[in-house]
Amino acid sequence: MTATADPEPAVSKGTVHLVHLYPREMSIYGDLGNTRALASRLRWHGYTPVVHDHHPGAPWPQEAHLLLGGGGQDSGQARVQEDLAVQADRLRELAADGVPMLMICGMYQLFGQAFVTAEGRSLPGLGILDVTTTGNQTRMIGPVVLDTPVGQVVGYENHSGATVLGAGQEPFGRVRHGQGNNGSDGTEGARTGNVIGSYLHGPILPANPALADHLLELAATRATGGWEPAEVDDTVADQAHQRQVRRLLKS
Amino acid sequence: MIRSSLAIAAGKLARGVSRLRGGGSALPGLVTETIDPKVLAHTLADLPGGILVVSGTNGKTTTTKMLVALLRAHGQRVFTNPTGSNFTRGVISAMLAEVPLSGRLDADWAVLELDEAHALHFAAAVAPTHALLLNVARDQLDRFAEIDQTAQLLTRLAEQTTTGVVLNVDDSFISRIHGSVGEGVAVSWFGVDPACADLLPALQEADVRDVDGAAALPDSADTSLLLVHDERSFTVTGTADVGPVTLQQRGLAAMINATAATAAARAVLGEAFDPARATRALAAVTPPFGRGEVIDVDGHPLELVLVKNPAGFTVALGTYGSEPVDTMIAINDNYADGRDVSWLYDVSFESLRGHGVALTSGVRGWDMALRLQYDEVPVGRVEPDLDAALESFLDEHRGRPTRIFCTYTAMMHLRRRLAARYGLARFGEDPQ
Repeated sequence: MTATADPEPAVSKGTVHLVHLYPREMSIYGDLGNTRALASRLRWHGYTPVVHDHHPGAPWPQEAHLLLGGGGQDSGQARVQEDLAVQADRLRELAADGVPMLMICGMYQLFGQAFVTAEGRSLPGLGILDVTTTGNQTRMIGPVVLDTPVGQVVGYENHSGATVLGAGQEPFGRVRHGQGNNGSDGTEGARTGNVIGSYLHGPILPANPALADHLLELAATRATGGWEPAEVDDTVADQAHQRQVRRLLKS
Repeated sequence: MIRSSLAIAAGKLARGVSRLRGGGSALPGLVTETIDPKVLAHTLADLPGGILVVSGTNGKTTTTKMLVALLRAHGQRVFTNPTGSNFTRGVISAMLAEVPLSGRLDADWAVLELDEAHALHFAAAVAPTHALLLNVARDQLDRFAEIDQTAQLLTRLAEQTTTGVVLNVDDSFISRIHGSVGEGVAVSWFGVDPACADLLPALQEADVRDVDGAAALPDSADTSLLLVHDERSFTVTGTADVGPVTLQQRGLAAMINATAATAAARAVLGEAFDPARATRALAAVTPPFGRGEVIDVDGHPLELVLVKNPAGFTVALGTYGSEPVDTMIAINDNYADGRDVSWLYDVSFESLRGHGVALTSGVRGWDMALRLQYDEVPVGRVEPDLDAALESFLDEHRGRPTRIFCTYTAMMHLRRRLAARYGLARFGEDPQ
């Protein structure tokens, strides 16, 4: 585990600890950009971010107000499986306790009930999200637009697993453009409490600042008992976001 | 054979039409390939030297160009596909320019740059005698999906190679391929001398590589290693040293490409390899199109730099970072660019912080500006339209050296505009 503390702003509104799970093994599609975006936005809002990189076998950070995870190759997933089993109970407790988490692609699948390989073998997941993923021959690849409770979300999906929600499991969003969980039921990702799973890279947070600040509000409230956002100029992010929405929903 | 002649004739016709229309380089190849799928085999199989395929993620075009120069400097007649259209159809298209209807190429060697997936497709039509395998890195994951799979494609290419393979000792995805080559197939190596191995991390990605099966440093007789003297000058060590050489292209990546090309030239030329000739040939190679190509804009240099994946962009920033000039970045997300722009978040842009970026452009120009914002790099302005962006970039920075980092289709577009104005060589044709 390594931690990087950013220089203190003049008067910090408080320190928020972000934990990125397995940045070496599980962040192949730029998903570290999510952590970078959250750390920057915390600073812009007047808070002090501390980013913990959690590597397999390392001790768990003392404090964790928000957890992030990304996508990996199959070999990357195999490498984190053992540590994930060690941390499983802790992660389930943190999730039940309301710690916000954003798990993308491969880590989304690992947070589900199970992954069933193309050969029919079932590998158990953490079961924090009630979803089951089945290995598939065809990859679902391309740009995505979703409707979610925090507004429209843009991103890019690239997955061969087809994910099905359990009965009563809430999706993260509804697909307006793209494939989503499985290409057929119009759902994308899953959400239970403050835990969000999604296939969207992009990375998802920089171009969707409303989602980023939603997660930060939850994290800052846990860390400091409140959320006092500052005025942040999101002109560039909004332009990038809106152009993708317009372009993709036009077709 | 009649069918091949017919296929070649039809392809030549399509090539003429395509050039008149200013079109792409793959259409004539498609026409020929459709008529005679075995046209490659017919035309290439009987070359007296052999067929050498260059593949891997980064550096194919530069390495191929250097290898061709090395072989030609030794009096070999070489057919190559210099257009950077490194798909099978691109090879056929290039062939059409040179092959008579009889289908016999006037060449000793075919040296072909092929991307990983198409190299296998090519090998299915005609087995290469030699393969030079450079590296495996994340590139356009929406095409190849996983780098493990890319490594697998190159392993299968090596398995089908009949005479010799040249492998990168510093990339474990490549070095472990030595265990898969066929019986009697010679393995030779290129890499970075341990004395300057500390330079390597800047080029390699922080991904997870399985070191199982990686090679121990192989027998020096078959190994060419890069020994860097300073920013511009290096020697390739081996049976007889090549160098010191100063390339026309800057950067460590180009030096490694030269080392790879030297290793391959040694492998195919054997005793005939002449280090003095090789030194002269490498020093004379001009940077390929888009790889640090410099355009004369009213007496001031405009550098066009192709960027297409995290390793490539990081290398480009490292190569040019020490000499900051007025900079534009153009990012498109068409198929040939890679449709997913997530990879921009795996590149650190901090080296641009001091000088800033004057302009971002392309379909994803706003996303590029957003990426720079998160690295606290000042951005002057965003203009998604490439023509408008180029116009004002040249206008506002008149009389100063400039540089444009761009993805593939953005570069094609910008270069067409620049060609119309400043009379550049046609795509894929070197002025030399």
